[in-house]
Amino acid sequence: MAEGHSPLAQFEIKRWVPIQVGDIDVSFTNSATFMALTVIGVSAFLVLGMRRHALVPGRWQSMAELSYVFIANLVKDTVGTEGRPYFPFIFTVFMFVLFGNLFGMVPYGFAFTSHIIVTFTMAIVVFLGVTVIALIKHKLHFFTFFMPPGVPLIMAPLLVPIEIISYLSRPVSLSVRLFANMLAGHTLIKVFAGFVVALGLFGAFPLAFIVALTALEIVIAFLQAFVFTILTCLYLNDALHLH
Amino acid sequence: MRERGPADDLEKLDARLRQAAEGARQKVPGGLNYDRPPGSALGLALRVGVELVSAVAVGLAIGWLLDAWLGTRPWLMLVFILLGGAAGILNVYRIARGFGYAVGYRQDKPTGPQRPGDQGPGIEG
Repeated sequence: MAEGHSPLAQFEIKRWVPIQVGDIDVSFTNSATFMALTVIGVSAFLVLGMRRHALVPGRWQSMAELSYVFIANLVKDTVGTEGRPYFPFIFTVFMFVLFGNLFGMVPYGFAFTSHIIVTFTMAIVVFLGVTVIALIKHKLHFFTFFMPPGVPLIMAPLLVPIEIISYLSRPVSLSVRLFANMLAGHTLIKVFAGFVVALGLFGAFPLAFIVALTALEIVIAFLQAFVFTILTCLYLNDALHLH
Repeated sequence: MRERGPADDLEKLDARLRQAAEGARQKVPGGLNYDRPPGSALGLALRVGVELVSAVAVGLAIGWLLDAWLGTRPWLMLVFILLGGAAGILNVYRIARGFGYAVGYRQDKPTGPQRPGDQGPGIEG
């Protein structure tokens, strides 16, 4: 991080506690540390925020309540009342991604959402979960999803594979969107930070730019967590209603 | 200024509570359009790019795996790259037409929740 001169050095995985189980490397890395910190941070934010559960909330409590209400309304508006049982999962996804993004913004922090394997794992869990829900709810009727209505049967061999690929590309685009945004933002900041030193006195200009960029990155941290959550909701809506 | 008794306040609170309970059961039509997340033209462009590339990548992966399984290298891969490209165009077409993120073409959803942005082109993002 600090000693790395490459803008990409910040994404390097470092084994902090090397653990080897058989042939599998399950070392406790900086990425794992920040995931654990995120879980602790989210829990602390919500549990300690609601500790006093006053009728008139203080600042902290109203932030905790606000995040709850925000996602509750999101689920209600995109999925409807049928989405209520899935609210805990969606809220967890949102808070995990949001705090992961924000912890990545802390100096010397590590943004685990800038690793495709992390975002892809989350996306594939969402994708598989949503598909299983659709299969349980609609049984074999689910497969009419891949055949557009009013299409002659002779076109099916061409259209069905296209629809299936389109469906399978969901977890890829879902994970790439979050990963690419975080990777690009963090790299850009580091590149401009390199200019500050190289330009000497004129380094004040890129420095000012970094300040603006940092603010933008915090906005993106919120926005991408929101986008990830809303896509989860929309996929869930498709699975429940099959339109 | 009219004096407001506690009973008056309670009545108002009761009305508001009833309204809130009603709101929890029903969605407000014409509310926020969640189909298109807030974003700029740049965000839309990024989304279109990601959709295009990811569909081709999935097509490539499926073709490659099928080839390895059936031993028909490289023919299925070529076919599925083309199908992936078609799926990518389809995804982008759906975004542009405001079908949202849904798979399929059924725009009128009698059971599904209302989506105000479903009608008309949504290209302006």
